[in-house]
Amino acid sequence: MASMAQAIRMALHYGEAHLGVKDIFGQDVGAPLGGVFTATQGLQTAWNTPLDERGIISMAMGIAMAGDRCVAEIQFADYIFNTIDLLKIAGNTLWCTNGQVPLPMVVMTPVGAGIFGSVYHSHSFDAWASRIPGWKIVMPSNPLDAYGLMLSAIKDPNPVLYLKSKALMRHKGIELIPGEPSDEKALKAMIDKPVQNSAGWKPRWPDLEEYLVPIGKGKIVHEGHHLTIVTYSRMVHLCTEIAEKLAQENISIEVIDLRSIYPYDWDMIKTSVLKTGRVLFVNEDTDVTNFGEHLAYRVTQECFYQLMARPKVLAGKNLPGIGLNPNLEKNSVPQIQDIELAVRDILEEVP
Amino acid sequence: MAQKVSQQGSRSLKNRTDSKSTLSSKSNKKGDTKSKTKAGLVKPASSQLRTKKIKKINTSDFGGLSQGLLLIIHDLMVKSRVLEERVIKIYKAGEGYFWIGGPGEEAFGIPLGLLARKGQGLANDWFHLHYRCTPTLIALGMPMIDAVRLMMNRVTDPSTGGRNFAGHYCFPKWNVAPVTSPIEVQYPLACGTAHAQKRAGFNAISIVTGGDAGTAEGDFASSLVWSSRKGNELPVLITVQNNGFGISTPFDGQHGETQIADRAKAFNIRSRVINGNDPIESYLAIKEEMEYIRKTGKPSFIEVKVTRLYGHSSADGANRKNELFDSVLEFEKKLISAGIIKDIEAKSIWEKYEIEGVQAQEKARTEPSPTSQSVWDHVFVDNENADWRKF
Repeated sequence: MASMAQAIRMALHYGEAHLGVKDIFGQDVGAPLGGVFTATQGLQTAWNTPLDERGIISMAMGIAMAGDRCVAEIQFADYIFNTIDLLKIAGNTLWCTNGQVPLPMVVMTPVGAGIFGSVYHSHSFDAWASRIPGWKIVMPSNPLDAYGLMLSAIKDPNPVLYLKSKALMRHKGIELIPGEPSDEKALKAMIDKPVQNSAGWKPRWPDLEEYLVPIGKGKIVHEGHHLTIVTYSRMVHLCTEIAEKLAQENISIEVIDLRSIYPYDWDMIKTSVLKTGRVLFVNEDTDVTNFGEHLAYRVTQECFYQLMARPKVLAGKNLPGIGLNPNLEKNSVPQIQDIELAVRDILEEVP
Repeated sequence: MAQKVSQQGSRSLKNRTDSKSTLSSKSNKKGDTKSKTKAGLVKPASSQLRTKKIKKINTSDFGGLSQGLLLIIHDLMVKSRVLEERVIKIYKAGEGYFWIGGPGEEAFGIPLGLLARKGQGLANDWFHLHYRCTPTLIALGMPMIDAVRLMMNRVTDPSTGGRNFAGHYCFPKWNVAPVTSPIEVQYPLACGTAHAQKRAGFNAISIVTGGDAGTAEGDFASSLVWSSRKGNELPVLITVQNNGFGISTPFDGQHGETQIADRAKAFNIRSRVINGNDPIESYLAIKEEMEYIRKTGKPSFIEVKVTRLYGHSSADGANRKNELFDSVLEFEKKLISAGIIKDIEAKSIWEKYEIEGVQAQEKARTEPSPTSQSVWDHVFVDNENADWRKF
């Protein structure tokens, strides 16, 4: 099975081969490295940029304005913060021009903790991103979704922010991407640059097919009826693990992988919460003005009289950074035991 | 209300007359009055220029530009000035919320618009302008009323539909990128369109303008870096309109470099400093640099010394600084002295555009505002719902 990095690479290849992508660029995105997570290795249109995040976003805006399709990368979300006003401009250009100037561009960036990346390789960006209108924001949790969301992002006429969990980049899925060889080693031999003797190497791309995950559509990854967990990206796996563990105690947890931060799948959330009456929102970003808080607010407004317990948000602590030592990181972003405790707390609440 | 507009309308012409009185003794001739009363019947500039009998002159004093071209430049400079003064009056009359613009920059902005390859798409030049570029838009062919609609935030405003300030133009049909209030972000963005243009292979270029104070922003440096990478040079005409101020702060306290253009040299970008108050010098320099960029595919840099004739914006009063050099009046004086245009003819141009401006204001006043419900329009393409309440 493909890893997330391989899935993104294959999606980008599909984009440049079939969807008109002419530029895939960012720091170390082109040869020889092909991206710090190898997600852009071997791509025909990949190129290296100066170490200038604002320049990268500006270039993407200019290329999109000129009518060409591009995918730009900010090497780590930790370094995207100095581009926020450009992201705002990219998000408001269509609106400010009364619908005249669309910016069909994709910006991808690795996010989140989980790799002991210290203060500046652990930031999340989903809560920040949700406050930049005009962008669509996606956050895949597995390789198949990573592939399908990237193709949807490329095809979308609006700017799309593609947040990829750096801790998941080596994660392998359980579903094949259409066209992906079933033999994992065969795939590796085809599209991974060899570590040794790589001079002149070129990938041999599998005969990939179009597969789209619609932006704005979530996925129920574990069905249940006692409590709903709404989450995305890396936290999907921790929440699913808890759901499976508690199932052994006949506690039935429904886990929604939201996949898109904006627009988001409210129908799926509401239907599930009305079924379970209890809901937990889990993500890694800091917990003050967190995107989960918005969802909890909306659940409270629209499902109040059907709730059996107070909606709860479990997110990163509102700290200036995530410390390197594992004791620090693990006490900064939600851990599996934190999720379990939160679930049990909600289940114990009596209306 | 119409009477109020007419009274205001006389002020633009008065500026000209007041200033001109020190420049030409002919300005109070009887014929002027006659011309003034006939102003409403004056033909549009283009048709007038076609039918005008042009006297032969020695054009070496005018950089070799033809008399016809000189008259076009003058006509458009006047038009742009009258328009800017009109939108200032609209602000002062309380019919607009904020004014910012470029009166004083006509001598550079008009030639820039005239010399560009105008049109939509990669085969044509791209404009990444700042908010003082009304002259360039006038040279491209923008009707006066479209600037007035923008000033009066009408739904008919073709740039923003009533959503943004004066001077924040956007005309996709001429590759005019939307002007933003954050300064200098347009510089590296121009590298993006230039990258696409170079790939398309039509020798089209991207043109970027901005102010001197804004060059302190990192985005300005980004444009120098991205446009000059060896083997990946980009066809960008980088210009800086140096008016000597950043809002209220003078240039001298904020810059260590002798000339802003010197910064381009560090990136092996060809650069020069020009007198942007002289339309002929501007025209010739822009032409030369455009030709260089189209030929080489490499960037070029022009620092343009200009005059901020009405201050930064309405925030500091938008009042004319009579002590400053007025490029429109000085150019007009030069044309009159050379016999290229008669004083009475020049005056009729001012009057004609004054009338057009007043009529534009009166028409825009009757046009609708955007509806309150329209705030959700165009958040996403094709009005895909962006309101979470409706997800």
